[in-house]
Amino acid sequence: MKRRTVLGFAAGAAAGLTLPARAQSGPIKIGELNSYKVFPAFLEPYKKGWELAAEEVNAAGGVLGRKIEIVSRDDGGTPGDAVRVAEELLSRENVAFLIGTFPSNVGLAVADFAKQRKTLFIAAEPLTDKITWDQGNRYTFRLRASTYMQTAMLVPDAVKLKKKRWAIVYPNYEYGQSATAAFKKLLQAQQPDATFVTEQATPLGKIEAGAVAQAIADAKPDAIFSSLFGPDLAKFVREGNQRELFKGVEVFNILAGEPEYLDPLKEETPSGWYVTGYPWSEIKTAEHAKFLAAYQAKFKDYPRLGSIVGYSTVMSAAAAIKKAAALDQEKLVDAMSGLTHSTPFGDITYRPLDHQSTMGAYVGQLGVKDGKGVMVNWRYVDGKDAMPSDDDIRRMRPTN
Amino acid sequence: MTFASFIAQLLNGLAGASSLFMVAAGLSLIFGVTRIVNFAHGSLYMLGLYGAYALLEGLTTQLFAFGGFGRTPLGFWAAVVIAAVLVGIVGVLIEVLVLRRIYRAPELFQLLATFAVVLVVKDIALAVWGAEDLVGPRAPGLSGTVTILDRRVPQYDLALIVIAPVVLLALWLALSRTRWGALVRAATQDREMVGALGVNETWLFTGVFFIGSMLAGLGGALQLPREPAHLGLDLALIADAFVVTVVGGLGSVPGAFLAAILIGVVKAFCVALGTQSILGFEVSFSRLTLVVEFLVMAAVLVARPYGLLGRPPVLQRAAGEAAPPLSLPRWPVWAPVMVLLAVVPLVMGHDRYLMVLLTDIFIFALFAVSLHVLMGPSGMVSFGHAAYFGIAAYAAALLLKRAALPMEVALLAAPAVAGGFALLFGWFCVRLSGVYLAMLTLAFAQIAWSVIFQWDSFTGGSNGMIGVWPSGWLASKSAYYWLALALCGIGIAFLWRLLFSPFGYALRAGRDSPLRAEAIGIDLRRQQWFAFAVAGALGGLAGALFAFSKGSISPELTSIALSTDALVMVLLGGVETLTGPVAGAAVFTWLKDELARRTEFWRALLGLVILALVLLFPQGIVGGTRQLWHRLRRLLTPPPPLWGRAGEGGASHQVPRVQTPHPSALRAADLPRKGGGDERGGGI
Amino acid sequence: MTATVLDVRGLSKAFGGVRAVDDVHFTIAAGELLALIGPNGAGKSTCFNMLNGQLRPDGGSVQLNGRSIVGLPPRRVWRLGVGRTFQITATFVSMTVRENVQMALLSHHRRIGAVFARAGDLYRDEADALLERVAMRDQAERVCGVLAYGDLKRVELAVALANDPKLLLMDEPTAGMAPKERVQLMELAARLARERQVAVLFTEHDMDVVFAHADRIIVLDRGKLIAQGTPAEVRADPQVQAVYLGSGAMYGHAH
Repeated sequence: MKRRTVLGFAAGAAAGLTLPARAQSGPIKIGELNSYKVFPAFLEPYKKGWELAAEEVNAAGGVLGRKIEIVSRDDGGTPGDAVRVAEELLSRENVAFLIGTFPSNVGLAVADFAKQRKTLFIAAEPLTDKITWDQGNRYTFRLRASTYMQTAMLVPDAVKLKKKRWAIVYPNYEYGQSATAAFKKLLQAQQPDATFVTEQATPLGKIEAGAVAQAIADAKPDAIFSSLFGPDLAKFVREGNQRELFKGVEVFNILAGEPEYLDPLKEETPSGWYVTGYPWSEIKTAEHAKFLAAYQAKFKDYPRLGSIVGYSTVMSAAAAIKKAAALDQEKLVDAMSGLTHSTPFGDITYRPLDHQSTMGAYVGQLGVKDGKGVMVNWRYVDGKDAMPSDDDIRRMRPTN
Repeated sequence: MTFASFIAQLLNGLAGASSLFMVAAGLSLIFGVTRIVNFAHGSLYMLGLYGAYALLEGLTTQLFAFGGFGRTPLGFWAAVVIAAVLVGIVGVLIEVLVLRRIYRAPELFQLLATFAVVLVVKDIALAVWGAEDLVGPRAPGLSGTVTILDRRVPQYDLALIVIAPVVLLALWLALSRTRWGALVRAATQDREMVGALGVNETWLFTGVFFIGSMLAGLGGALQLPREPAHLGLDLALIADAFVVTVVGGLGSVPGAFLAAILIGVVKAFCVALGTQSILGFEVSFSRLTLVVEFLVMAAVLVARPYGLLGRPPVLQRAAGEAAPPLSLPRWPVWAPVMVLLAVVPLVMGHDRYLMVLLTDIFIFALFAVSLHVLMGPSGMVSFGHAAYFGIAAYAAALLLKRAALPMEVALLAAPAVAGGFALLFGWFCVRLSGVYLAMLTLAFAQIAWSVIFQWDSFTGGSNGMIGVWPSGWLASKSAYYWLALALCGIGIAFLWRLLFSPFGYALRAGRDSPLRAEAIGIDLRRQQWFAFAVAGALGGLAGALFAFSKGSISPELTSIALSTDALVMVLLGGVETLTGPVAGAAVFTWLKDELARRTEFWRALLGLVILALVLLFPQGIVGGTRQLWHRLRRLLTPPPPLWGRAGEGGASHQVPRVQTPHPSALRAADLPRKGGGDERGGGI
Repeated sequence: MTATVLDVRGLSKAFGGVRAVDDVHFTIAAGELLALIGPNGAGKSTCFNMLNGQLRPDGGSVQLNGRSIVGLPPRRVWRLGVGRTFQITATFVSMTVRENVQMALLSHHRRIGAVFARAGDLYRDEADALLERVAMRDQAERVCGVLAYGDLKRVELAVALANDPKLLLMDEPTAGMAPKERVQLMELAARLARERQVAVLFTEHDMDVVFAHADRIIVLDRGKLIAQGTPAEVRADPQVQAVYLGSGAMYGHAH
């Protein structure tokens, strides 16, 4: 008697936990997951970006005659949690497919999960080259320009300067390592006499900036390639400025022109650095002007690069549904392949070859204006112009 | 390296050591007196930095910056000091509102509360100061550089190098010349003595918390011209602060000073050496900075078990701290639970997510139980238990992907690999005790982490490995659920049975009284060493199961964060019961999942829920529930007056936790001793 | 007198510059109760700790049944047949009285490494027999953590007897006990010594206990052995009287 009560009670509790989500004829749900609490500086604007996009899509009548709804989750920043969250989105929320993620390891884990579940996944931000190349799969597409692409965008300027002694500083994990490897390879291919006089691998978030600046100065380089970002970048810039490390030395730093990392530097911004980034206030294209006006009207704040990524990801998702004209996974994946749509950065295409979008980045130099860091002499580099050869990619990408 | 760059890097190291010393000194004082492992110390440091920023920059239109005061040297230093004092007050609030209520809880329980504080503080900082990094101004009056041997050294670095010894001197004077200092030293040596002296412990603790927190805040505020205020500071710092504290010797302020300098300078020189060719091998000292402080700590602890200037603690008196006896859950309790869990997939199998969540819970339950075997009955706290979880996950993945073994073989071989590493690391760890032991486990875990993290070609580096999926017959979530349920159930049952075997008894004996254990022929170290290996292997089983359930792994599986999660699970459930860790794992995993889905500020909410649980159930969830149950039962069925009275008065808080076979035993315990001797005299 | 069990020669130990134990000689025979007395700080505990291996002597020899035990860890000394009780009781507080004794028995029978047996089922009767002997049988199920101090002392004695020791070291065995209990405990020790031919070395503050039960007494003062002999001889020794003069401890209670 007692035992049956226990059993019955527990079964009831279990059932209460899991009200099976019924297939809805209402909005099309898209599952979004990201490490909101771990990388808030990038992801808060990102969230605003996709909110705006969803609003615009729905205001224009939605897709397939239905509205879209973004079901967003925090993935805790770890692959294990992210895979669980992804499962929850698919089986509880019955989302049509998955978008999002920020750190590379989480992106790769969700990509592999998507492959296993045969579900479309549009990786928004993870920069690792592997997600579309070495470890690419049929179901995964990536929006952002990868580490390799960002690096390749800076190389032409680096080659032009004909500097011989290069110092390198990078955060000690896959992103920094890949950027460094790509830079060395690309530079030496075009300028065989370039030498690398010191390489500093700094623990992410814990750079010993004074010692690193000193060690680089001691190596007497005439140029520096850096892939630092965030607090590490700010510390390195301040220590380098104080010690006049950058005097007479050309510095290249991918990502440093993104408002997320540039704005905190204020008057400390090192003028003349070559960077990739997003000069939001100066882009005058029609697509961007429209986006900027809508964003500022809605949020009373200016967009960061994260806003662009969030906005464009949801736009990609909507465009894919529209093109597929169905929610069948294989049809969605086929639609994504070669999909072209408009973003604030102009039209982008998800290449059938490697599922990488051609979204590019703005390349330019840093300057200070009214005590704030800005990008000057900038130009937009399309992503398709910063790629290795198709054959190289075919060699890297597993066939499946 | 030239002499000039040697000197320059030495100065860099000393400047870097300055704040670290202050933070560690505060941590050391707090631990010395209150025995609290204060996880929130890094958060206090972070608040110091944010506080100084807010005073100088954030309120530009308001009071403090009035007339550019914040841009003057006086304004800058005033802001630093005010920020430090404010952080001291925050520390007092934490002590008074939370910690003071749980001093009587089992050892380390306070750690759980400070963990919750970390979560809350982080979200508060996010809400108040936003997500963007905040770069402070250079220090007015000290913004330039001094040229030393042709190298430019920032003036502010030199100021920091001077400030550290001044703070050390002030602390030394306070500790050696004041009555407060004498009490702090006495309490550090022997806490109970202070109580016996009739000193008001409460105010001593509050005072120490104020000073310790203020030092953390000062360390943070002083970094403003060197480091942006950001939300990752708390965790970035806390591990280093513990390392410095332990390397210096717990409770020793001069030790913290020495250790901070040692670590600061070693780091600077690793950077300076860059990549060197040694015996034909390219050695990147620069990449070593990822883990160098832990290498230093491991080396110091192996050579000096109590740190550089630490002293062995006075033998803990057992009375009053006795752990209650353990009892195995009886079959009427566990059998229905297992049956119920076994039928869940039959009823709910369509809900893949429920399967996944419960599988996670089983895995973490086994993981927590394996840690509990060390923490509870063996008396060895591990801060690095994730090492074995992660090593086994990697072993499983590597055996599957690189050795191309069948998944089933990889799954079962992986725990053996983890056990092997536990045997290796444990050999060193069991030679230490207390927090020193815990920190050495952490050092090994960090070393394992850094190897996995950097060995790109073998482990996939920071990206980890993907495609670690189970065999076809386990592909469905229900099948894997049953596998996890069976293996975790067997693992937990094995560990619990182990605790009631002679081997397990000997472990408890060693925890209760090492002196007595040794005096009856028990080789305690060997026992503990094997316990380490067993716990590592079973923790490894959990890790291997986890790897195959997720399909991918990454270095996080050996990280401090996961080790901390395991500690939290054990403490949350109750370290003094066997079922506690299981309950803790279930509640923590479920709560995290549930809250993260519901609200934006889920981290603070999780922290608040844990705080509430901590205050409601100072014995952990299971311990507390059991206590409530005992009280309830006593209310409902009034016991015979004789032993009921005595039970409340006589054996104090222990009675409800003791498994009392029958009332007569209790009666014997609590009757006045008078005359007892006579009766027994007849027997002699 | 029967065979010598323990033979101590030239035992010395210094801490820093202080000679805690200085050139101490004595022997104990099987079945003999030898009391080690001396004022506080005389070196009694240091002496004890060297005998069971907790401290390593600086010099001298300690022979147990003709075998040197200097430098052996306590657990090895125990295996050779040396039981010990501590000045401040050391028991396993989370276990029952019976389990405490079972632990010693498990160790004695080298079953500590067993992982599948249930410890509680092993050597139960033997444990109960030992508890019977110290009159703790009726409290076998109680947890040590809640016992009165005098009872703990008796549990310790039962534990010390579990390996059938040749030599029993008792450091202040009756401290914290009521006077009547003291007498009983010492009578028990004396009986054990005689019946089982155990050599017993004990320290004690209570001179009544010492003079009533010891066969012989050795006196330490500031690390040196200043007298040894029968109770009557020691009581008459002028040097001993000088050491204890004024403290009143010689004839009264130390506590």
